[in-house]
Amino acid sequence: MSEPKLMKGNEAIAEAAIQAGCRYFFGYPITPQNELPEYMARRLPEVGGVYLQAESEVSAINMVYGAAGAGGRVMTSSSSPGISLMQEGISYLAGAELPCVLVNIVRGGPGLGGIHAAQSDYFQATKGGGHGDYRLLVLAPGSVQETVDLLQEAFDLADKYRNPVMLLGDAVLGQMMEAVRLPRDLDEPLPPPPPPESKVWATTGAVNRSRNVINSLYIEPERLEKHNWHIQEKYRRMEAEEVRYEAVQVDDAGTVVVAYGTTARIARTAVDEARRQGLKAGLFRPISLYPFPYQALREAAGRARRVLVVEMSCGQMLDDVRLAVGERCPVEFYGRPGGNIPTPQEVLDRIAGKGGEAK
Amino acid sequence: MTTVVAQRPKSLSDVVMNYCPGCTHGIIHRLVAEAIDALDARERTIGVASVGCSVFAYNYFECDMQQASHGRAPAVATGIKRVLPDRLVFTYQGDGDLASIGAAEIVHAAARGENITVIFVNNANYGMTGGQMAPTTLLGQKTTTTPLGRDPKTDGFPIRMAEMLATLQGPAYIARVSVHSPQAVKQAGDAIKKAFRLQAEGKGFTLIEVLSTCPTNWGLAPNQALKWLVENLIPFYPLGEFKKEEGGA
Amino acid sequence: MRHEVIMAGFGGQGMMLAGQLLAYAGMLEGKYVSWYPSYGPEMRGGTANCTVVVADEPVASPVVSRASAVIAMNRPSLERFEGTLAPGGVLVYNSTLIEQGPTRTDIKAVPVPANALADELGDKRVANMVVLGALLAVTGVAKPESVVASLRKTLPERRQNLIPLNEQALAKGAEAAQGAAAKA
Repeated sequence: MSEPKLMKGNEAIAEAAIQAGCRYFFGYPITPQNELPEYMARRLPEVGGVYLQAESEVSAINMVYGAAGAGGRVMTSSSSPGISLMQEGISYLAGAELPCVLVNIVRGGPGLGGIHAAQSDYFQATKGGGHGDYRLLVLAPGSVQETVDLLQEAFDLADKYRNPVMLLGDAVLGQMMEAVRLPRDLDEPLPPPPPPESKVWATTGAVNRSRNVINSLYIEPERLEKHNWHIQEKYRRMEAEEVRYEAVQVDDAGTVVVAYGTTARIARTAVDEARRQGLKAGLFRPISLYPFPYQALREAAGRARRVLVVEMSCGQMLDDVRLAVGERCPVEFYGRPGGNIPTPQEVLDRIAGKGGEAK
Repeated sequence: MTTVVAQRPKSLSDVVMNYCPGCTHGIIHRLVAEAIDALDARERTIGVASVGCSVFAYNYFECDMQQASHGRAPAVATGIKRVLPDRLVFTYQGDGDLASIGAAEIVHAAARGENITVIFVNNANYGMTGGQMAPTTLLGQKTTTTPLGRDPKTDGFPIRMAEMLATLQGPAYIARVSVHSPQAVKQAGDAIKKAFRLQAEGKGFTLIEVLSTCPTNWGLAPNQALKWLVENLIPFYPLGEFKKEEGGA
Repeated sequence: MRHEVIMAGFGGQGMMLAGQLLAYAGMLEGKYVSWYPSYGPEMRGGTANCTVVVADEPVASPVVSRASAVIAMNRPSLERFEGTLAPGGVLVYNSTLIEQGPTRTDIKAVPVPANALADELGDKRVANMVVLGALLAVTGVAKPESVVASLRKTLPERRQNLIPLNEQALAKGAEAAQGAAAKA
């Protein structure tokens, strides 16, 4: 562990990725994530890695495809409009079963939207995003420190399942500086990442083996169906093994607030204040958005009087919360569509049953 | 005593190809395989197949292969080459893939002087999807989407990709060849070998545009298609070397 | 304890850096801290501002709607952020560039001639440290020693010689703030 450092989320992500063995980065400039590729451009050459600014997000994600297929530990980052452009490539990565890490520092939409924080890419991130029946493993950190802590895991999970892993942040997490401890100090030497050839399926040259092919085309229906059942089996395994969440004071809570990422920090403050005022509130924070913690939330909701979903969107995770809670108790919603961040007071008012109809 | 005078190149797979009778993709595949064999490089070559008639190229080359999405083969090849700089990396792309949907990718791979070899097969139409207009379709040429012939007023003008890319500083070698005759095949083979050799020497981006026939969609018998290529494609797409080992990494 | 400080000025007046030093100092004192910048499509001109939170408890949102203190280095910054101060909040403003002080009477206004004091020290660039010193003296967000320790940790080797000058600037700001408080 390093000494605590004051680091911007975007820069901490970049350094943590490098410490997790990432040596290849392909990207395209877009606010509010530019500090991430800029950090990579400075630092990757120092550790024998490659930074390349692509001609577009479309090209960047396809460079990721090539590099991942060649056995490299690779990532890209972008923000909402850029991630939209990458969706075709992400579908191919999932179809060809290639491991990589994608970072989305979400900004408001639709269209060009704005450059400030939002959580309105939840559907795109968790329900596939591009064409075809596939999922990304989606992790949603709530602080710069947690972002750093999740990165090593993100790369390892990508390799374990041979599937893209998305880190879903937002402009607050990207732009904010917080105290953070990295696995290693910046001047500590890094162990060399495993060679591309250690991935036996990668296209590293057909030496003493039959040739490897990276491909997502299965023109015969029988083979395509078999391939799809195979990747679905991976998603079932993720759902069984990779669910991550945090539950704070939900056991005796009358109101369970459900929020993730930046919004969960705000909800946490509101929940603590509610407790001080004698209101029994708890916080349920999904960390893996896919797989979503349906079972754990169902249990928490089973003991509660009501569930309150808070998002910086007009209600996207809300759908998954409703699926989890069913008829066990009412599900209410408070959201703002991005750009403006909900305040703890606004959430507290909803916990207390004030503040009128949920926006 | 027997002497082998001809055999399948080691880098070409022993499978039946899906190409139409009379299509020259098969010849071009063989030339690429021979170029890889000439460098004894089958085990350190990674190819990138594109989308179009040659979509199944990943089944036809006996080396490691990746299948790219439509137009993105140069980006995929870039990713591979940056991870494995000492391997040979090539793309095999048609005219719709390279000159239309993938125009940005090919221009920027060339501008970076990316040390890869691009095999660009130009048959002046979209073959796999049934013969629609391509960016390389000649003026007046009839396709399923230019039923009265390509009209520059509505359909624009064909693009000479080799000449256009040769204006960039990045490329080391750009040539246009054809495979309509034994002599042309020999010259095409030499150009493709040269491109792979330059890549092996780290000279930078190389691209060989190969004029090819499409008897099925042109509505011509194979021999007539070869004649049509000579009489129509070559006058607009002249053969030759447009860039010789100047730029590059 | 929870301080929510907005620091604003023209680009180049060093407010972003001063904010980072304040957050760093809070971190060295074991507090929860956040620093959050304004960012926009324009790269130059306009106001550059950041929000620093230093607290005993984890920081919920690094963006605040009610500030406990504001530093305004120029007139546009004062006009923009005076209204965000909570009643009783502290407004440190650069009286070299801002002739007319705040209109609100329910806040504590601390005029500091930051540019003039920096000029006295022989380096215009330390005006940001002058106002930071004033803020620390009035609010106690962090100790000046912690800001100096932050400089030691963050300045590259070849810039470490600037630390005494920055220390003097912090002290001069504190002195000016105390003088202003005495007058008020």
